[in-house]
Amino acid sequence: MTKRIIAVAAALALTTSWAHAQEVKVGVNLPYTGIGAEFAQLVDRGMELYLKLNADKVKPYKITLIKRDVKDPGGANAKIAVQELLTQDNVDILAGWIYSPNAIASAPIVTAGKKLAVIMNAGTAHITNMSPYYVRTSFSMWHAGYALGEASSRLLQAKTAVVGYTDFPPGKDSLAAFKRSFEATGGKVIDEIPMGGAGAVPDFTPFFQRAKDKKPDVFFVFVPAGDHAAAVVKTYAALGMREAGIKLIGPGDITQDTKLQAMGAAAVGLITMHHYHADLDNPENKRFVEAWKKEYGATATPDFMAVGGYDGMAAIVHVVQTLKGKIETEAALEALKGWKFASPRGPIMIDPVTRDIVMNEYLSEAVMKDGRVFQKVIGTIDAVKDACKEQQIGPCAPK
Amino acid sequence: MIFGIDVASMLLGGVAAGMALFIVSVGLSVTMGLMGFVNLAHGGFAMLGGYVIVQAMQHWGIGFVPALACGFVATAAVSVVFERLLYAQLYKAGELDQVLFTIGLVFIMIASVTLLIGPENQPLALPPMLQGQINLGITHYRTYSVVLIGIGIGIVVGLWLGFERTRMGAQIRAAVDNRRMAESLGINIDRLFTVTFALGSGIAALGGGLGAEFLGLDPQYALKYLVYFLIVVAVGGLGRVTGVFYAALLIGVLDFVLKKYLPQGGTLFIYALTILLLLWRPQGLFGGKAT
Repeated sequence: MTKRIIAVAAALALTTSWAHAQEVKVGVNLPYTGIGAEFAQLVDRGMELYLKLNADKVKPYKITLIKRDVKDPGGANAKIAVQELLTQDNVDILAGWIYSPNAIASAPIVTAGKKLAVIMNAGTAHITNMSPYYVRTSFSMWHAGYALGEASSRLLQAKTAVVGYTDFPPGKDSLAAFKRSFEATGGKVIDEIPMGGAGAVPDFTPFFQRAKDKKPDVFFVFVPAGDHAAAVVKTYAALGMREAGIKLIGPGDITQDTKLQAMGAAAVGLITMHHYHADLDNPENKRFVEAWKKEYGATATPDFMAVGGYDGMAAIVHVVQTLKGKIETEAALEALKGWKFASPRGPIMIDPVTRDIVMNEYLSEAVMKDGRVFQKVIGTIDAVKDACKEQQIGPCAPK
Repeated sequence: MIFGIDVASMLLGGVAAGMALFIVSVGLSVTMGLMGFVNLAHGGFAMLGGYVIVQAMQHWGIGFVPALACGFVATAAVSVVFERLLYAQLYKAGELDQVLFTIGLVFIMIASVTLLIGPENQPLALPPMLQGQINLGITHYRTYSVVLIGIGIGIVVGLWLGFERTRMGAQIRAAVDNRRMAESLGINIDRLFTVTFALGSGIAALGGGLGAEFLGLDPQYALKYLVYFLIVVAVGGLGRVTGVFYAALLIGVLDFVLKKYLPQGGTLFIYALTILLLLWRPQGLFGGKAT
């Protein structure tokens, strides 16, 4: 009898100490207010939806999200937010980063803080080289840019291209990626047009007029997702570039799901290379889109940013499970290297060498179907790695 | 011929962009000239108007033109309330107080719109007849740009007639030139200002809706383009309708040409030019003598 009581007491003591160790604090930095607010909402909803749909996979542990607003793409506020998450909230894992400049500015803090840091959007290729604790579940600009350069000359039979890009790190990255593979496969970039900064949507008319005058086969445009994209598609249609025989192509930022239906018929014919859009035909995505609409309203749609948050949270849950709720950074990184997951975007893996994502890229064309704009997949490239790091170009070469 | 088409498309593009700037900025110039009140929240009224216009079209299914009228009336009405309740308290205050107050008001406007409607850009659906291209004889060009130029000319002619040919216009001109003298002649400046403020805000609302095709429309609108509105007013001179008109066209065309031929320079040139211009003529290119 006494023995039994002792055993029960010991078991109780064990569970309480367990319960204490079971909470994992994840420090999330996103621009919840300001121009990035709608992106933050998408990533945030992606994370929350994963937790909600997979409550049984999280058990018996408890994941607490501590959210900090980084306000803008400037870098300074993000750095402060990350520092506070590390020093005041003592988080176990960091997550977030919509904008590349923020991830670049935070890198030294992340390195000093020695915590696993999951990038859920920021796409400048070399960011993952800037701290050994960065793991990226979103994309690199080179994934889509490089693949599209090759597809443009091989599949679209383009000989000449004009590139228009928003003048900030991911824009330059996207230009470099596209140019490298397009010119390697026989194409020629005949003009490169910087089209203002990321902070505000410019009037694209002068830039597009310039592109139209050069008469290229394809006009490759990189702009940040969101409001820029809607203005791009509008200007392209209004200037009659389609009638002039110039194809508008780009990474999927120009056909972001949340903006696509509002573009309407003007979007038809756009050709994009990207790792995700809500029309992808696979069972995981069907479930994901359905759950999203159920949770956030019938007119709401997930997009590539939402998937970055969703998959990022899947990665975090995997770490929590593998390490049984006790997060040690080196072990967490080991757990993620080579981690595979059936994502709504298709199969993904974390490259054990670069800590960046390996995933499929889909070449899609926007068509009208049942009265809505539908993204039809016209080509798939399996298991694409970040070409910038693979070929060790510029800052992508390991230090 | 090719050269001619090039110049024509450049002028059309630049002038259209200038018109959008003019329609938003003209009210700012007049109210600033009249009361010396630095109303940095002016762009906020343009934004509110734009939202009313877009929301009215989306939710009530009314046409573009009636929606513009709604935007004008609603914004003018709201601005009168603001003017009487808030602005009027600060007419005698220093410039710093006025600037702090109006910039605070902009932040409140941004936060309110974000809260009520959301942070995303509002798509403006133009009627089909305004979309696409129009044949102008020498070249095809964006229909909406051409229409916007027409509307801009209409507004400037209307305002000019109002200023030069009506009693109220004469009162405004008198008050801009010498407020004390105008007051001592029995002109009710307070009432005059309320009416002008409402009119200026209403026209800005039209600008918010009409310009949304080029400038977009989201909660940050009020701050994003504030610098451009201020440049136009500074170059055009305070309280001068025609001055603001020429300045807006000049800025619109210069900005367009520089962006097309020197995109690497970004917005640098336009700011540099403004600085040089204001060093040369601090009262603005078209303004009268500084008083």
